[in-house]
Amino acid sequence: MTVLTHLQRLEAESIHIFREVVAECEKPVLLYSIGKDSSLMLHLALKAFAPAKPPFPLLQIASGWDFREMLEFRDATARRLGLELLVYTNEEGARSGVKPWTPGTAYADLMLTQALRQALDQYGFDAAFGGGRRDEEKSRAKERIFSFRSAQHRWDPKNQRPELWQLYNARKNRGESIRVFPLSNWTELDVWQYIHLESIPVVPLYFARPRPVVRREGRLIMVDDERLPMREGERVERVSVRFRTLGCYPLTGATESAAASVTDVIREMLQATGSEREGRAVDHDGSASMERKKQEGYF
Amino acid sequence: MAAGAVPAAGGSDLIAADIEEYLRRHQHKSLLRFITCGSVDDGKSSLIGRLLYETKMIFSDQLAQLESDSKRVGTRGGEIDFALLVDGLAAEREQGITIDVAYRFFSTERRKFIVADTPGHEQYTRNMVTGASTADLAVILIDARKGVLTQTRRHSFLVSLLGTNKIVLAINKMDLVDYSEQAFRDIERDFRTFAAQIELSDITAIPVSAVRGDNVVTSSSRMPWYRGTSLLEHLETAALMDSAATRPFRLPIQWVSRPNAEFRGFAGMIASGAVRTGDRLRVLPSGRTSSVARILSAGADTAVAVAGESVTLTLTDEVDVSRGDVLAAAELSPTVADQFEATIIWMHDEPLLQGRTYLCKVGAKTVTATVSPIKYRINVNTLEHMPAKKLDLNDIGVCDIELGSAIAFEPYKDSRALGGFILIDRHTNNTVGAGLLRFALRRSQNVHWQALDVNKRARAQLSHQKPCIVWFTGLSGAGKSTIANLVEKMLHADGRQTYLLDGDNVRHGLNRDLGFADADRVENIRRVAEVARLMVDAGLIVLVSFISPFRAERTMARSLVESGEFIEVFVDTPLAAAESRDVKGLYKKARRGELKNFTGIDSPYEAPESPELHLDTTRLSPEAGADAIVAYLREHGIIDVDLTWEI
Repeated sequence: MTVLTHLQRLEAESIHIFREVVAECEKPVLLYSIGKDSSLMLHLALKAFAPAKPPFPLLQIASGWDFREMLEFRDATARRLGLELLVYTNEEGARSGVKPWTPGTAYADLMLTQALRQALDQYGFDAAFGGGRRDEEKSRAKERIFSFRSAQHRWDPKNQRPELWQLYNARKNRGESIRVFPLSNWTELDVWQYIHLESIPVVPLYFARPRPVVRREGRLIMVDDERLPMREGERVERVSVRFRTLGCYPLTGATESAAASVTDVIREMLQATGSEREGRAVDHDGSASMERKKQEGYF
Repeated sequence: MAAGAVPAAGGSDLIAADIEEYLRRHQHKSLLRFITCGSVDDGKSSLIGRLLYETKMIFSDQLAQLESDSKRVGTRGGEIDFALLVDGLAAEREQGITIDVAYRFFSTERRKFIVADTPGHEQYTRNMVTGASTADLAVILIDARKGVLTQTRRHSFLVSLLGTNKIVLAINKMDLVDYSEQAFRDIERDFRTFAAQIELSDITAIPVSAVRGDNVVTSSSRMPWYRGTSLLEHLETAALMDSAATRPFRLPIQWVSRPNAEFRGFAGMIASGAVRTGDRLRVLPSGRTSSVARILSAGADTAVAVAGESVTLTLTDEVDVSRGDVLAAAELSPTVADQFEATIIWMHDEPLLQGRTYLCKVGAKTVTATVSPIKYRINVNTLEHMPAKKLDLNDIGVCDIELGSAIAFEPYKDSRALGGFILIDRHTNNTVGAGLLRFALRRSQNVHWQALDVNKRARAQLSHQKPCIVWFTGLSGAGKSTIANLVEKMLHADGRQTYLLDGDNVRHGLNRDLGFADADRVENIRRVAEVARLMVDAGLIVLVSFISPFRAERTMARSLVESGEFIEVFVDTPLAAAESRDVKGLYKKARRGELKNFTGIDSPYEAPESPELHLDTTRLSPEAGADAIVAYLREHGIIDVDLTWEI
């Protein structure tokens, strides 16, 4: 008797979820954020529909402040796989002059949350795959795999449908859309281990290399281009760093590291003492902030 | 113990020395999903918190947060309070928001674990059932000072019902009973006596103290009389006796892949058994057979695939297979039926009413389902059977259920995938219930619709009319019967064959056993709708004049006949106007409290959303209303029919 390994069970579950959405929804899209979770999601989507291509496009919300290496990787990936890639930027938000370092939440709200809503509305997608995992954060731990959003893209944690067995109810009311999380039950270690096992390409930023950084408020910020304003006393150093998560470069803290391969990264992660989201500024404003952002439509 | 020390999880040295070897070991570990049952007072949060902490799932930033929270709000006198790690549910309760299932993850060198953390009180039965639906094993917590309680019995019954037969009885707070062997043995004996009644036998009792860590991860020296393993060791080694692997092959088809003319693949997750290229398979419910040409598992060709894998199969013959069908071993294929006895767990504030039609999703198939009758409700605390006409939130009942079309199925106890279903409300699209198929009713395999030679079309041609139902709905006293009576007179004068089913009259005969409670109203309409359907089949124009207050039943009635044969007429009279007319004096009685469940007073009326005709009686006389209906029938070819119409 064959007992599947934990990774085989996770893989089979994710594929099941992809197929269920394609069978029940009219116009799905894969929200491609270029990070390792997106790489994994895309890899699983390719498996789910082989020998055909995944019957949905990729959508990336470009804030204008993404790492350059991410954008190169994004375009190369879409080209290599022959998949349709949609890139959306909230142009009006960009014109308003908001910057990643603008105090408050205006930047994340306009360039990420609002941009995503606008893109979903403009294309009329009724289901969007996201790479969220339940091990990331408390409010994700109780989110469904099929998570409904109102016509205003709001999440109502008090009114979630029971999700039993592997029976997903994908029936929507008018105006509603679904965020679907095929990686819900994967942990950070599972993701890296599977990436290692299947040799899935990821953005080189995950691996340590000497990069130009400044030390700011206890974090290492990479100077990815000349737009990052230097503060008094700051100077650019070349330090061997890597990133545990990727987002807008002025907001994403790097980790000093020598881990140059996937196995190095895994070793470092297993010996690490800080949680994955520690480096992400966008999650640091208050402990219930993720739940609030999700209610407002953040992925 | 210091943060990050991981005796049972192990591997710290190996990570540093040989990461490749470490990964090889971790690649092959298995997955155990378990549910924890118990209330906060039993120490459930402390137990899960300690498991996460000691398997190194807590990072330094989280630990720093925990230490400061423990000093501030902890219940351990400033010591680390593990319960705070998983305080999500407690916080939810304090804030009065919906308490929910939370999934947590940890892993050791041998296994990865997914914990469904669910609250234990009776009002959260729904959440516990959800958590148990995917669990391989259940950890039931008992407070050693209190022993087996009503809630222990409820938790055990629910996990047993959902097929989680492997039980760990974690007898907690042993430190508070001086680590007494006698206390432990007494509780274990009580539990086993009870468990035998609900057919639970795979039980492992472990004495623990979650707050002190005794027997949670490592064996405790404080209970030398206990020779078994610690809780974590047990979870790591419990046999994953996956019965699905040893049963015959079943594959519910999720999706049909047709990228080009050459490839037609049938995709789904294997529910049970194994499949090899060349195997003979049967398509159900059609019964056609073919052989497996190719197997793709997770996108790659393979010669064999087993339960739990997501695969795509191609067949050697061009047989018709669509989403919702089941591919099964040809010689050992499951039964096909459309009527079942089922256990239903109700999960919504609006009760389940017998006779109402819902959508049922089972495997990849969605069909209509009508519950009738509810045989009994189970008291989850005493296991007693109680009579019931409806199921409220968190009620569990055994019912007959009739599906709109036949499905391939297996009893839930044999297959979660082919025997578990959810019920969906057709109007709100909410998941309102979950169910477990018990067995097919014998009548569903034997009674078939008789195909008769003289059919609806032949009968209708004789009378030069298209049969249909004109369904009048509206408040009592709105004028439904008055208008229906006028319409029937006009049609009769025109030589049409009609029949008027009137609410009051039918209640004197066919439905005289029914009252006015919601469940009775549903049954009342179901019977009338069925009678009307037979009359349509007889070729008549049927006028139905019933308050019919619920949208769901009107939708059900509409679904019984073909499209175009159901004409909903909303006789719209505001409550104040109907009450001021009060021809029969009923509103006065209802207002005095002498009539219960009176529509508009203490029972709701759900107005139609898109009726074929909307008659505003404050502006239209009954005669004008009747004229409008007859004009509608003429415009839509119901009367003065072109005889070439097709059914």
